[in-house]
Amino acid sequence: MSKATSNPRRGRAFLTVFLKEVKENLRDRRTLMSAFLTGPLLGPLLFVMLINVTLNRELEKAEKPLPVPVIGAEFAPNLLDALKAGGVVPGAAVADPEQTVRKQDADVVLRIAADYGKAWRKGEPVQVELFYDSSQRDANTSVERMTRLVEGYARQQGAMRLVARGMSPSTAWPLQVARRDQATPQSRAVLMFAMLPYFFVITIFMGGMYLAIDLTAGERERQSLEPLFANPVPRWKILCGKLAAICAFSAASLLITLLAFAVVGQFIPAEKIGMELDLGLHFATYVSLLMLPLVLLLAVLQSMVAAFAKSYREAQTYISLLMLVPIIPSLLLSFMPIKAQAWMYAVPLLGQNLGIMQLLRGDGVTGEQLGLCLAGSLAAALLAVLATVQLYRSEKLAISA
Amino acid sequence: MIEVRDLHKAFGTVKAVDGVSFIARDGEITGLLGPNGAGKTTTLRMLYTLMTPDRGQVLVDGIDAAVDPLGVRRQLGVLPDARGLYKRLTARENIDYFGRLHGLPEDLLASRREALVKALEMDDIADRRTEGFSQGQRVKTAIARALVHDPRNVILDEPTNGLDVMATRALRQFMARLKAEGRCVLFSSHIMQEVAALCDRIVVIAHGRVVADESPDALRAQTGAANLEDAFVKIIGTDEGLAA
Repeated sequence: MSKATSNPRRGRAFLTVFLKEVKENLRDRRTLMSAFLTGPLLGPLLFVMLINVTLNRELEKAEKPLPVPVIGAEFAPNLLDALKAGGVVPGAAVADPEQTVRKQDADVVLRIAADYGKAWRKGEPVQVELFYDSSQRDANTSVERMTRLVEGYARQQGAMRLVARGMSPSTAWPLQVARRDQATPQSRAVLMFAMLPYFFVITIFMGGMYLAIDLTAGERERQSLEPLFANPVPRWKILCGKLAAICAFSAASLLITLLAFAVVGQFIPAEKIGMELDLGLHFATYVSLLMLPLVLLLAVLQSMVAAFAKSYREAQTYISLLMLVPIIPSLLLSFMPIKAQAWMYAVPLLGQNLGIMQLLRGDGVTGEQLGLCLAGSLAAALLAVLATVQLYRSEKLAISA
Repeated sequence: MIEVRDLHKAFGTVKAVDGVSFIARDGEITGLLGPNGAGKTTTLRMLYTLMTPDRGQVLVDGIDAAVDPLGVRRQLGVLPDARGLYKRLTARENIDYFGRLHGLPEDLLASRREALVKALEMDDIADRRTEGFSQGQRVKTAIARALVHDPRNVILDEPTNGLDVMATRALRQFMARLKAEGRCVLFSSHIMQEVAALCDRIVVIAHGRVVADESPDALRAQTGAANLEDAFVKIIGTDEGLAA
């Protein structure tokens, strides 16, 4: 019988646990699918499809002939000619313009009053009506285009009247607004890609999810936690080995998804609408760096949540709820654009979100922002580790059923 | 040697273990007998430091469990009530995992593992993944991984639970062998025949207390009963929760 003396190999318990978890989970098809296939690839695929659909629709709208039902077309033939020159195809009059736009039969309806011709000839202001539904985002491009055409025609006619009266057209427009849009092709892209950081977070989440559930709930359900804890290894070492395995899987997921984004980024026709999208090596490097502490934080949070669950299924339920938390900063930033303050970079998830958006804008992240982001998230992750270690000391944790 | 002194453990208002003391000696098989719910598993859990006693002391080879729990666990081979295996690992890999957690060098681990595989007659299943193992195959694997570090003290919580006759016989022989090797074997059971057939010493537990701690013969003499079964019933006061 071997005398139990202190053994230097025991220090390798961490590595033993890590290697065993990795080996065991590499043999699980469900974990593999989630970590290396569906998790990291579904995002980029979905993304490129969505973006393509959106972009193509915008592009089509901008160039395509625009059918617009016109009521009272016969009263304003000149206006109609001008509209036709702008690509509008006047359609037959509809009886109820309000209903037509509300039911999305047409994006926009033009109504010309019967006294249009009379008033026009007298030189009095006349009114044309545009019916549209601004809650139909889809129709907005058409409405804007139609509005621009009508207003353009009005200005042009006004200028001609002034010239006819021997006045300079500038008399009527003492002020000229010159728009200087400072959006770069890259920053224009940001609006569309506000949800991109969430994809990365979800990928990390999916990559480690099954391992995290297995960590406690799974071990407890298959009754292997009690024998495991009977070994002469402190529980925190076992926990750390398992956390490392979760991190390895979720980090691998993140790398795969970054690679996938770099590839699919080539297929997004961003330049067609004057955007520039850089999802290449530089982007990927910075995103991995920003996300690194988040990998640990999410691994710990998942393990912590799973430790409260009595069974595998229960853990799955809790973790899917947890998955909704990271969406908050993404939603917040896309619905209420806030000006980023320095401290925000130190907030886990929010910091990463801001950083990635800045990378997309092409501004890059400063050393200070990067430092704050890493320090804030890492501090949160370490706190969570301590809390979970404490949780692991609980007697009840090991007891099955 | 395992020494237990006046252990107490309560869960809320339920006193699961209420003053248990006994000694399990080297080279002997000590049986912890008691009906279901008597506090056997809780007592054992305090022995292998999964739970901390509210009061009392556990000494394993002179090491105090409260002072050096890792040291105690090093001296113990434990087959807990929960004996789950890693189903995506083979039986050998399951054994290796625990051996490495004990810090065994690879060459020693390999020789210990193979010796156990042979002793437990599990050659045919050793390289199969444990998913789909029969109850007997599972227990064999769990015992092998519990003993891979060659512990002087062996704790088995209801080891024959769910085993068929053949597997039970094999396990009893194996326990006798552990005893012959000079180890301290402590096992719990609610099956009287088993305890009677195997034990050098029987500790009877009921309602969280030790109600008898004798050799089988002394137990018979003490109660004046002709056979052990009657002796147990007399000691515990009821035959509820016991199996013949």
